[in-house]
Parts: sequence; C-alpha cells; structure tokens
Amino acid sequence: MLNIFVCVKQVPDTETKVIPNSDGTFIETSSIKWIMNPYDEFAVEQALLIKASNAGATVTVVRVGGSKDTEALRTALAMGADEAILVEAGDNLDSYMIAKAIKGAIDKSGKKPDLVFAGKQAIDDDCLQVPQLLAQMLDMPSVSVVVGFEMNGTKLNLKREIEGGSLEVYEVDGPVLVACNKGLNTPRYASLPGIMKAKKKPMAQHSLADVGVTDADRRVKYSGFTLPPEKPAGKKFEAMEEGQRAGVVKDVVGLLRNEAKVI
Amino acid sequence: MSKVLVLAEIQGDDVKSVAYEILGKLAGQSIDVAAIGSIPAAAAEKLAKHGAENIHSLKGDKLDHYTPEGWSNALKNFMSDKGYDYVFSGATATGKDLIPRLAGMFDAGMASEVVNFTFDGGTFAGTRPLFAGKCLAKVEIQGPKPHFVTVRPNALGMPTSENAKAGATNEASVDAGTIRAFVKEIVKGASEKLDLTEANVIVSGGRAMKNAENFKILNELADVIGATVGASRAAVDSGFAPHAMQVGQTGKTVSPSLYIACGISGAIQHLAGMRTSKVIVAINTDPDAPIFTKADYGIVGDLFEIVPLMTKEFKALLG
Repeated sequence: MLNIFVCVKQVPDTETKVIPNSDGTFIETSSIKWIMNPYDEFAVEQALLIKASNAGATVTVVRVGGSKDTEALRTALAMGADEAILVEAGDNLDSYMIAKAIKGAIDKSGKKPDLVFAGKQAIDDDCLQVPQLLAQMLDMPSVSVVVGFEMNGTKLNLKREIEGGSLEVYEVDGPVLVACNKGLNTPRYASLPGIMKAKKKPMAQHSLADVGVTDADRRVKYSGFTLPPEKPAGKKFEAMEEGQRAGVVKDVVGLLRNEAKVI
Repeated sequence: MSKVLVLAEIQGDDVKSVAYEILGKLAGQSIDVAAIGSIPAAAAEKLAKHGAENIHSLKGDKLDHYTPEGWSNALKNFMSDKGYDYVFSGATATGKDLIPRLAGMFDAGMASEVVNFTFDGGTFAGTRPLFAGKCLAKVEIQGPKPHFVTVRPNALGMPTSENAKAGATNEASVDAGTIRAFVKEIVKGASEKLDLTEANVIVSGGRAMKNAENFKILNELADVIGATVGASRAAVDSGFAPHAMQVGQTGKTVSPSLYIACGISGAIQHLAGMRTSKVIVAINTDPDAPIFTKADYGIVGDLFEIVPLMTKEFKALLG
C-alpha cells in the first residue's frame, strides 16, 4: 500500500498586479485571485498517475496557509486526490516553518510516506526551499526540477533538469521526495463529477500549534515590500517601412555599443 | 566582522563568476572559499585577489558529480568545526538544490536568490525579488547559525576593485556519507551555451516566431553576440521551444546585461521574469505592445526583417 503525499501551495494568479500593503510587511491580498501553484499541478498529476497503476495507493494533499479560500486543496481533490490536510496559518510563513508544518502534518496522519511530491518552486516567494528542507526533515533523499519519472516497483528513475537543458538521471530505491517541473506530465482538468465528489472527501484541519510550529521557528523576516523602480522611458524607433530598417538597426546597434556599452 | 564561507563551483579552469561577484560585496568580512573538487590554481589566485583568506578544495569518494545528499553531507562534515556565521553560494542549478538541504541540516535559515546585500556591523540584510520580481523586499535571517544565502548570478556585477588577502590553499578530505539518490548518467543538452539564468546576453522569441524552425534566425544572432536563446510562455505553450528555454514567472527569472525580445508582446508574467535585465531591446510590429514600456531601445518592426539585419550589423561590428 503506497502512501503518497503531495505538497501544494496557494499563490496569486500569474496575471495578478502585485501591490505592497500599506506598512510594507507583505502584499495587498484582499482582491487577489488565488490558484494552485502552477508547478504543484504537475506534482498532483504524477501522484494520480501512480495511484492509477497501484491498487490501494492513497494520495493525500497537504497545504499550509490561510483558510478563507481553499482553492488549491479543492482543485487537488477534484483532480482525484483521496484526502486533504490543511494547516491553518498566515500567508507569509517562511520556508522553514512551512516545511516543519508539513512534516508535522505527515507525522500526525499516522501514515509513513513512500513518496512525497511537490512543485519545484512556488511562484509567490520563489524561495525553492521547502522540498529540500522537508526531505531533510523526513530523512529522505530528494530530487528537484524533475522532468522525467519512471517507476519499477520501488525503484525510481528520475530526470532532473540542470543548466542548458542538460539532465541528471537519478536512481533511487525507496522513499524519495520529488520536486516537479513543467514538462513532467500534462495535468488533468478537474471534471464536473470530480468537483462534486471532492466536496465529500475528508479534509483534516490543524493549527500550527497542532503540528508543532511556533513563532520561534521563524528563520526569515521580510520587511519593506516595494515595487521595483520604474525604468525611465526608452527610445523607440519606427521601422515598419523597408526604407527605415537598415538605418534603425545600425542606430540601435551603435547605441548598444556606445551608449549602453553592453556589446 | 563575520566569518563567511563562500561556496564556489568549478567550471573548466575557473570557478563560476558569481563567486567573484559575492566576494566583491563581502569586503570587510573574514572570508574563506570552498569548492568540491580541485580549485584550479588560476582561480585560486583570482579568489585571493578578491578577498579569500583560505581556499579549500574538498575531496572524497562519490563526490565527482553533484548529488544533493553527497555534497550536503560533505559540506556539513567540512564546516562542522569552522564556526562560520554565514555561507554564501550562487543561485545556480546546484546552489538552489544544495543550499536548502544543507541549511536544513543546521536547522538554519536561508535567504534565497538575493540581488543585493549589505553587512551592517557584521549582520546580513539582503534585497530579493518576490512574485517573480513584481516587488522587492528586505530579507533578514534569524535563529541558529550559520545563516545561508544564495545570490542570483549577474545581479551584483563583478568587483571593480581588488581586496587582496592571503588565499592559503588547502586540500581537505570529506565524507559523502550515505547517498540514496545517486546520479547514474548525465544527458547533455543540445546547447553548449550558458544557462539562461547565468547568461550575460539573451535573445528571446515570442508567439510571433510562428514555429520552431524560425528560431534559427535567433540562434544566428545569438551565435554572433554570444547570447543564450530564450522564449516566452506563449512560444513554449505553442510548442516552438522547450520549457528549459522559458523566461518568466513560470519559467526562468533572468538578469542579463542585454535582453533582446523578438516578437514578445510582454505579458505581466514575462516582464516579471526579465525586467531586471540591464538593457532591454524590444522588436515588435505592435507599437502599443507592453514590452515597449520596459524597453531601453524599442524597434517597431517585423522581427523577420529586423533580426537578420541586426545579425549582419553585429557581425560587421564584432568582426
């Protein structure tokens, strides 16, 4: 019986215009449309693919965050996950607290994880820490930025993308945490019956204290959220007509050399 | 003054340049450099010039190629009696995977991918982009030491002055411990060029490229100016380019000296991934495309006409 855990995070939609809040301690969250972190969709899908070919396998999705909106967990359940665990917390925990809370939630579930999936990074804080930290806390190996996954019994063959599109091919026998990248699979859409069924699936709720996380676990402190400085307006050249092109290109190449000094 | 370890990555007969960028910013602290493998003599000399007091080449079985467990075990083993306050690394493919695991071994905090930092009274404070660069925030680390920091390549810039220190070289043998996930094989990518996240010049194509074959003209331009080729999400989702080439919030965040956007309209999520580029050139037929608001030099024109002309012009300029 395979116990599969999937870590999901809820993040602002990629089209969100991000605005710092009034005291600069975080961003304005009142009008944000929340979605499941895009990389986590690949993690959920991979877990479901394994479940489909392993009778008795269960997929548990875990999320740490605000409880007002549980879009990410509901999406995962509607896609086909069996159960969900929500650890209620603010939206601006650091990676260490999140990893520790997920570890606590997994321990509390009483199931020993055989496989843990996560997205390779969350597109809100872009820290890329939770998968590796969690693996360390669970005393598991981890492979990140995974774009290829093969499973033969307990043996896994994982392809990790590194620089320039090169791949490291990992072999693991036994429990492992897999942090997924785009390209690993094609995440399914939640079907209407899936969405209906999801409403009846169990969702455990814990507080941070329940899973052993306190303020003393905070390792990283953020302040002074600001918008990046606006660039001054650049130079624009009209080159739709054939007669303009060569001159414009010559000018721009000259500017890159002599004004911007980047070539 | 803090005691700082900078982890370098050996690349050919040098180390990745982000190590020098970090050293330049650490003047005033007591700095050691370590790398897994043999640090080439020429690199050691340069590291000393930029402030390294001790330079450690770490060697041991099963460390020839990176594995998260092997390298983190080895570094923990090496660091155990050194009393470092801070450990710095580049936010490279290896650094991004290795450092959080290593930080976890010390129950310590980590600031990811900072683009700037200061040491006030020996205490680190960094600046890092969040939401793919849509905003910036100050980041500080607390709790048990050492504190860990990764730095985005190209963000700090190379040091402009020297800070020569002894640079004593040392070889240490380290233990890789138990490796459960091991690398069986490395499949080389088609591109021998620098990865997008480390590239100094990038030429990117968008939906207007129309198909994968047309990326040929971007490759030709890239070859002339030593650039790495990227793509927008629209181009990747349309199958013109693999995801490894995607620049943006759900791809790679880049900060090259020069970014040339060809036929990219400039969706928020793309702009977020490339707006910290030092100089941006945009080529687009739509004069109202949002990309022009971020461009230092905008060319309203057809990329299929402009790009080949540009290649020719750069070829003439650079010989």
